[in-house]
Amino acid sequence: MGEQILKIRHLSKAFGTNIVLKDIDFTVSKGDVTAIIGASGSGKSTLLRCINLLETPTGGEILYHGKNILDHKTNQPQYRSHVGMVFQSFNLFNNMTVLENCVIGQMKVLKKNREDAVKNAMKYLERVGMAPYIKARPRQISGGQKQRVAIARALAMEPEVLLFDEPTSALDPEMVGEVLDVMQNLAKDGMTMLVVTHEMGFAREVSNQVVFMSDGIILEEGTPEEVIGNPRHQETKDFLSRFRNVPNVQ
Amino acid sequence: MGIFQQLISDIGKLLSRYGGAYLNGILNTLLLALSATLIGCLIGFLCGILQTIPYQKNDPFLKRFFLKLIRAIIRIYVEVFRGTPMVLQAVFIYYGLPYFTNSAIRFTSVWAASLLVVSINTGAYMAESVRGGIISIDPGQTEGAKAIGMTHFQTMLHVILPQALRNIMPQIGNNYIINVKDTSVMFIISFTEFFAVHRAAVGATYLYFPSATVEMIGYLCMTLLASFLLRLMEKKMDGKSSYELINQDQLVMTAGTYNYPAGQNVERR
Repeated sequence: MGEQILKIRHLSKAFGTNIVLKDIDFTVSKGDVTAIIGASGSGKSTLLRCINLLETPTGGEILYHGKNILDHKTNQPQYRSHVGMVFQSFNLFNNMTVLENCVIGQMKVLKKNREDAVKNAMKYLERVGMAPYIKARPRQISGGQKQRVAIARALAMEPEVLLFDEPTSALDPEMVGEVLDVMQNLAKDGMTMLVVTHEMGFAREVSNQVVFMSDGIILEEGTPEEVIGNPRHQETKDFLSRFRNVPNVQ
Repeated sequence: MGIFQQLISDIGKLLSRYGGAYLNGILNTLLLALSATLIGCLIGFLCGILQTIPYQKNDPFLKRFFLKLIRAIIRIYVEVFRGTPMVLQAVFIYYGLPYFTNSAIRFTSVWAASLLVVSINTGAYMAESVRGGIISIDPGQTEGAKAIGMTHFQTMLHVILPQALRNIMPQIGNNYIINVKDTSVMFIISFTEFFAVHRAAVGATYLYFPSATVEMIGYLCMTLLASFLLRLMEKKMDGKSSYELINQDQLVMTAGTYNYPAGQNVERR
């Protein structure tokens, strides 16, 4: 276990009277690959969006290296640049080429000069296998390619943690593999990742921590063997039984 | 045939005496419409950015107060200048300023006054167009920009407004063409644009219809040219429909790229 990067304490979120997250507690340490699983509407995506402050939590604390980022003194944009995010719907900037997408943040947020930014962007675009496409625009490439560019864009900011919000859910089945491959390689290289996913195979093979959410609370957490291989709660078992390709589940 | 020959000879008479004045009028009209539309767009974009600064319930009171104040001011500006005739606004501002300041502040040139009136009028319309343009952009674009640490202004400047601009180009074109025609009301503060020349010419010659014909053709030429140039600009903004694959190193080739040799354009839309 490396040093703690994120510590989430008693986090809650309500949209009006609809309570989506209740008293969430968990920790992300350096090098952790945490898979967050659970049924639709269980609050997985909201949790991720709260961590990146795209939603404002209604209670609790998010400690980033021991500092609560929910107080008003936090420079939110600066914090976000340390916590990358990959979206289900890619969210590449449509008015820019693939290369510009990966360069703009480095230049405007990290204040790098163009030469360094391009060099760095190319490093990550090559890593996700999208270097040949630097001149293409988002509308000209496929979903899997878009998601790989989105990962390169997030990596180019050199974040400490990378959040993935169902990165393969909007993809055609034959494109899921190429994105999961990239993510698996990142995990192998020691990237700290927090992944909301329905890919049980990925959760089982790649992650070292699995969090099962249900109705806005964390019902179970532990190693993949514990949560996926040998779930304690009936609800977890029911959820997992819907994924036929996962062995060892009755 | 006789009547057409008459018309042509009348127009000839008009042009020989007032040709320079007509041309000067066209120039003034185009210059005023173009600069006022540009300034109006800037006002519109500024209002658009200011209006969309997000705030939340738990933000400090002062921040919320100022943001609400800004929105209220913009709202009033838009409603007042969109809701009153430009001809009245011209009179109101041109004669109102000296009236209220005991002639301490007055316009030294009708050019400045006309530019001010047409600009803020266009700005009021553009503020709403820009707001519409910003709303039309997928919220995911804003989230993507925020997620890599951009501030509201950076997000607007580099991601949202360039896309909004493309979407509201037809609106900007509308405004420009409306301005070419509607600057004619600036004769009220004796600005000599194209239509003012008509008033001067017919006052001396009584050739109402021939002069009106010249005006019609003149205005139509100006607006058609504008439409054509705008279309060209829109096409340019859309960028190329194809792109070039760049393979410096065979090893970086990945699944899906093998079919395309280096440098070949791939059409996919």
